[in-house]
Amino acid sequence: MNPINFVILAAILFSIGSAAVLLRRNAIVAFMGVELMLNAANLALVAFSRIHGQLDGQVMAFFVMVVAAAEVVVGLAIIIAVFRARQTISLDEPAELKG
Amino acid sequence: MTFTTPEIAWAPLAPIIIVLGAASIGVLIEAFVRTPATRRTVQLILGLVSMAAALGTLAVQWASLDGAGTQVMRLMLTVDRQALAWQSVILVFGLLGILLFASRTRSGETAFTPLGAATPGSIEETLARRRGLEVTEVFPLLLFAVGGMMLFTCVTDYIFLFVALEVFSLALYIMVALARRRRLMSHEAALKYFLLGAFSSAIYLFGVALVYGATTQTSFAAVGRAIDVISDRDGLLLAGVVLILVGLLFKIGAVPFHSWTPDAYQGAPTPVTAFMGAATKAAATAALVRILYTSLHPLEWEISWMLWATAIASMALGTVLALVQTNVKRMLAYSSVAHAGFILVAFAGLTAEAVVALPFYLLAYGLATIGAFAVVSQVRERTEDGAVGAEAVRLGQWAGLGKRSPLLAGAMSLFLLSFAGIPLTAGFIGKFEVFSAAVAGGGWPLVLIAVIASAIAAFFYVRLVVLMFLTDVPEGAEDSIEVDDSPLTRFVVVVTAAAVLVLGILPAGALNLFENAAQFLVTANG
Repeated sequence: MNPINFVILAAILFSIGSAAVLLRRNAIVAFMGVELMLNAANLALVAFSRIHGQLDGQVMAFFVMVVAAAEVVVGLAIIIAVFRARQTISLDEPAELKG
Repeated sequence: MTFTTPEIAWAPLAPIIIVLGAASIGVLIEAFVRTPATRRTVQLILGLVSMAAALGTLAVQWASLDGAGTQVMRLMLTVDRQALAWQSVILVFGLLGILLFASRTRSGETAFTPLGAATPGSIEETLARRRGLEVTEVFPLLLFAVGGMMLFTCVTDYIFLFVALEVFSLALYIMVALARRRRLMSHEAALKYFLLGAFSSAIYLFGVALVYGATTQTSFAAVGRAIDVISDRDGLLLAGVVLILVGLLFKIGAVPFHSWTPDAYQGAPTPVTAFMGAATKAAATAALVRILYTSLHPLEWEISWMLWATAIASMALGTVLALVQTNVKRMLAYSSVAHAGFILVAFAGLTAEAVVALPFYLLAYGLATIGAFAVVSQVRERTEDGAVGAEAVRLGQWAGLGKRSPLLAGAMSLFLLSFAGIPLTAGFIGKFEVFSAAVAGGGWPLVLIAVIASAIAAFFYVRLVVLMFLTDVPEGAEDSIEVDDSPLTRFVVVVTAAAVLVLGILPAGALNLFENAAQFLVTANG
């Protein structure tokens, strides 16, 4: 199988992820979109690494995974704090900040 | 396949290790020191000492730097004069920021919630407040942010830039959510800042993956060299570069990637806004300078349209939206968007002058930002029982501040005039340097727009000055405003005001320093 297909798959996943962030109004779903984008980047890194016959891209994917895990911790903490205060995580609902 | 252990020169990293090490010790202090009051004192001293020590180490390194600098871990981290200059600017912001974090109002309350995990308005929150709890975790978080930003200025590899970006961003997201008053707003600001920040770093990362695919490289210099070799500039490379720039422009807060700025500035606790506004912009600009000058300059023609468009859009939209704001923090946030535009103006033509002008501009802008938000944190509403209440952020509430507190109103006017770029303030020298760099690079249409935007922006800065000094306190509202007098905040206001004046009247020293710093150890050409 041609590894360039994985790059195309990564681009599709990235587009789905960014569409989710921009269009969905649920904070958790939007956040899942971000995670999908990060994993699309990982897939692209690994696929390119395979195409170039280097290990660099695969090593970098590990760094990205660790950072993404840390990001989940902070992100879910913030989302839970918002949910406990408002009983909703809709991004349209909180509207204290306008202008 | 075999791996070779990388040889790491640890000594040049000493300032960053000191700050991040102190942050880790700060986390341990949270666990082992019981009483909140002691914890606060210990954390404050630790933060101040570690950042001062890091600043001292930077000075020693600066003096003893033979030649251009050191490469730590081949091509991944570079400690040169450029990095040292930006790191000291960020440390100065960190030192001023931690003083604001530690300051308390007359009634003894900090800017932070007593218990971050307690739901706003719940019994736990009341109990935590009554027991005098404090979220002293903000001190190690600030140190992590400062350490991450310092790393951000000396990283010369796209992937490690992403790691450094997240180190300081994650700390900032948490700090934004910890306001004592208006907590729902603070939560909402943190949620928006987090989602958009994570979105932009994902965009950046995908850009890096595409550039890696096109060039087989991830370090700045190697990518720069590879771009020169690629003859037909394929779409993969250009798409990747554009995505990388989007990620960085987001951190600077340029239009159309600015939407987090007003919300995060308004919702965050004011000391956090002060530190974040000054230091994030400086760190992001430092990284943008290094990337554009050492890695992407062969593509200058292809990417200049993007920098020009965002610069013009930021100046125009930032200025116009700041005009219509009625909230002081929000007005300063939109003014920061306009300043992001001025920063981008300097990149026209990628001249050598811009590398001197930008650190000075960011230093002047950052000092005025920290000072202005320090003043904002002092102007309070008075509660019914006469105590110090929430911050008075509506513009109308600032009427007649000059009579209530000439010192604060005078300092605030100085900061606003510096933002506007009036002579004898640091802001004027910064703008002058940035604009002349852009003219030298052939960006005179940009400079023309920038001058017009500055003139319009002067209107809303001066409007606030007039409001403070020439407008009388409205009838019946004499008792509604309380000016707090926290000694630490007063100290920060005085120091930043003095610095803005000194840099405005005698800029030569700082400019010489940044001129010495205007060289990169590793470039694509060398």
